[in-house]
Amino acid sequence: MKDWPLYEIFIRSRNGLNHKHVGSLHAADAQMAIQNARDVYTRRNEGVSIWVVESNQITASNPDDSESLFDPASDKVYRHPTFYHLPDELKHM
Amino acid sequence: MNKIDSLEDRFQSRIDKEEKIEARDWMPDGYRKTLIRQISQHGHSEIVGMLPEGNWITRAPSLKRKLALLAKVQDEAGHGLYLYSATETLGISREELLDQLHTGKAKYSSIFNYPTLSWADIGAIGWLVDGAAIMNQVALCRTSYGPYARAMVRICKEESFHQRQGFDILLTMCNGSVEQKEMVQDAVNRWWWPSLMMFGPNDSDSPHSAQSLKWKVKRLSNDELRQRFVDMTIPQAKILGIELPDPLLIYNETRGHYDFGEIDWEEFRQVVGGNGPCNKERMAARIKAHEEGSWIREAAVAYAEKKKNYEKASVA
Repeated sequence: MKDWPLYEIFIRSRNGLNHKHVGSLHAADAQMAIQNARDVYTRRNEGVSIWVVESNQITASNPDDSESLFDPASDKVYRHPTFYHLPDELKHM
Repeated sequence: MNKIDSLEDRFQSRIDKEEKIEARDWMPDGYRKTLIRQISQHGHSEIVGMLPEGNWITRAPSLKRKLALLAKVQDEAGHGLYLYSATETLGISREELLDQLHTGKAKYSSIFNYPTLSWADIGAIGWLVDGAAIMNQVALCRTSYGPYARAMVRICKEESFHQRQGFDILLTMCNGSVEQKEMVQDAVNRWWWPSLMMFGPNDSDSPHSAQSLKWKVKRLSNDELRQRFVDMTIPQAKILGIELPDPLLIYNETRGHYDFGEIDWEEFRQVVGGNGPCNKERMAARIKAHEEGSWIREAAVAYAEKKKNYEKASVA
């Protein structure tokens, strides 16, 4: 039998918040993935909206590239407000 | 130092720093295999664990009890799915996982090979079996493999109602007639020792434990978890007003823990080895459900394909 594809499931827990990845499940198509996600991930009012994406549609960064991707940000302290010293008499900025 | 050593050293130092390992990260083959075995076994236990309780859904004593039991069994199906999905991130397919269960290559918790003889058994399962499972699962929320840890957090959140509904069943029966209280005592007599076996062999007889603890796949040893469970359960038994079937269960002032009697490890080995009271029945029911459901899986695929073709045609 042909395997049901894997879908990644994203749930918005309430309006005003972003959708968050919660896990994955198999379904014959996207509509069924939404129905299954309803039953598997929102049995206790965990969500108000569901996104499903077929797992093979996701392109992920390679963990081996982590250094070249993310390390350059770590020595750029001037991107943070705490880098800048303000005179004591200045109370708010 | 060769390349393999340095990769493994780097991996271990990440573990030592409490970093979580994610699906695409490098990991030793043994770590991957251990996880596949442990998480799938855990998932299979959730799935097979529905069977002894399913036995009582149609015979629950009230609509309230029936709804609660249905919700609990539905949770267990969900927990099985979380765990299967977590296992699949390690590179094994759902089909292989189910195949391993159905051929007996993969194990599931031995506790589900005992029969549920009366309604009190449903209470005892919730109280003792889920209580023991929670003890184990709370510790696993800190396991080193990210997808497993996240599944555990979700499961623990949902699971606490399971234990309470079990205790509530028993408390109601203990406050009922003499016969009802006797049913509770009988159920607890039968479920107590198998529940202690759920934590697995003694640390001294558990060959994989040391490595699993080093990799932080397990966070506490079998004996530590078992002791915690015993200590936690005794005050609850007092509230129910029932006896736990172990004359050696005595508080040890020096250790600050309850001592308890020797587990019948021969029984454990027999049940794990396929010779428990219900092993054959459970597997037969599981395989039957899978096979008799195959038409619906095929129909869903056929329907999805038909719909896709229809959409294509209407666009053209």
